[in-house]
Amino acid sequence: MTTASVNGELYSIVEDTAKSLYIKALKDLPPDVRQALQKAYETETEDTPKKVLSTMLEAIAISDDKQRLLCQDTGIPLYFVKVGSRLNIDIPRLQEAIVRGTERATVEHPLRSSVCHPIKRTNHQTSTGYRIPLINLDFVKDDDTLEILMVPKGSGSENMSFLKMLIPAEGIRGVKKFIIDSVLEAGANPCPPFVIGVGLGGTADLCVKLAKLAAVTRPLGSRNDDPDIAALEEELLEAVNQLGIGPMGLGGKTTALALNIEYAYTHITQNPVAVNIQCWPARRARAKIDAYGRVEFGY
Amino acid sequence: MAEYRLTTPLSEEDVRKLKVGDTVFLEGTIFGIRDANLIRMFEHNVPPPVDLTGAACIHTAPNVRKVNGGYEKVCIGTTTSSRMDRFTPGLMGQYGVRAIIGKAGMMEASMEAMKKYGGCYLAIVGGAASWETEKIQAIEGVWWEDLMPEAIWKFRVRDFGPLIVAMDSEGNNMYYQVKARARHKLADIYKRLGV
Repeated sequence: MTTASVNGELYSIVEDTAKSLYIKALKDLPPDVRQALQKAYETETEDTPKKVLSTMLEAIAISDDKQRLLCQDTGIPLYFVKVGSRLNIDIPRLQEAIVRGTERATVEHPLRSSVCHPIKRTNHQTSTGYRIPLINLDFVKDDDTLEILMVPKGSGSENMSFLKMLIPAEGIRGVKKFIIDSVLEAGANPCPPFVIGVGLGGTADLCVKLAKLAAVTRPLGSRNDDPDIAALEEELLEAVNQLGIGPMGLGGKTTALALNIEYAYTHITQNPVAVNIQCWPARRARAKIDAYGRVEFGY
Repeated sequence: MAEYRLTTPLSEEDVRKLKVGDTVFLEGTIFGIRDANLIRMFEHNVPPPVDLTGAACIHTAPNVRKVNGGYEKVCIGTTTSSRMDRFTPGLMGQYGVRAIIGKAGMMEASMEAMKKYGGCYLAIVGGAASWETEKIQAIEGVWWEDLMPEAIWKFRVRDFGPLIVAMDSEGNNMYYQVKARARHKLADIYKRLGV
């Protein structure tokens, strides 16, 4: 960063921050998610969804009071990192620091490790393994800060992920139908009311990544900068909530708290669409490390 | 929709009166069961080391701490039930379990068992482990510790709810009903979206 002394300490600051963020994300729900759940509680009129949402609000209050994990599933740890272009950073060291922070959170807290080998199913009990945590890097021009967003992605919702390579002739109609059908198929499994992330365009892999970004990185209530996409977000959120799946899939007005879309240009012969779902505790925690090594925590 | 306070062990009569949409609060004990111990019971044919007659079983593998030879709760939450569907007939038919507590519901095998033997599915709020942990008073027993954390657990509970009766002994399944209503609305939703 700007000074040599900060530069030397940076990686230990990142390690400590990555550790704190994982624990914070599991215990301290972001204010926008709390507000959305409170609003959902006030909107519901039937007995069952009201009871379900009231239990969710109670669970949040208990987590605040007793500093207890909101959900037992500590998920797959995801880190979304924005690196300012003016920083002189050794990226492999940065990545190592995040991995060590994840391991320390798991061992020192301690947290349940939910990460295992896909075939052998072996678990190091550290929430890490080959290619996990997933660290997404992004670079910001004319900037001298490091921003880290941490998301513990639970399996109940991640198991309900969908991709379809539509053809261009199916157009936006095919896209809309696929999104509605996916949400209906997911039903109660992802712990509704959920946040729906939609990826449009790109290649198959990029489309799935865009859906994940839409589901877990955007504050609730935000809209895409592109007015056409923003209008589509609103139209689809309303449509999804008409399904009446409701909190925990037991019926009600609130099936989704938000529906976000991220898009990319695609090939003239392709029309990919992906859906990724985030459960009602849409957990995330963010930190900004400035050029002097100061850390500011947020959501 | 009625509200019930039931004490374990549950009788067939206790369970047969429950209808989907009713609310239940449990008093007494509940047993934590999960993939690994169910596989031992039914795929390796090892009978459970504890009497499950009239039991309410919850789909969980808790995070615990070992203290003075016993276990203390750390974080107890409920997992998705559909993975355990094939074990319900055995739990209810062979061992007398009356209620399954879980999230997101179960399917045909469980529905048939609930009708035949007098059982029910009680939906708990998923993702609310902090609340669930608070509602559990103590860990009173553990069997098959080699399967840790997927051992068989006995929890003391008081005022354990609200649990929503989501599948009853008449074969009603609230998740199926909600999805059927959603499918019924699909044509209208498609139309409004121009699909």
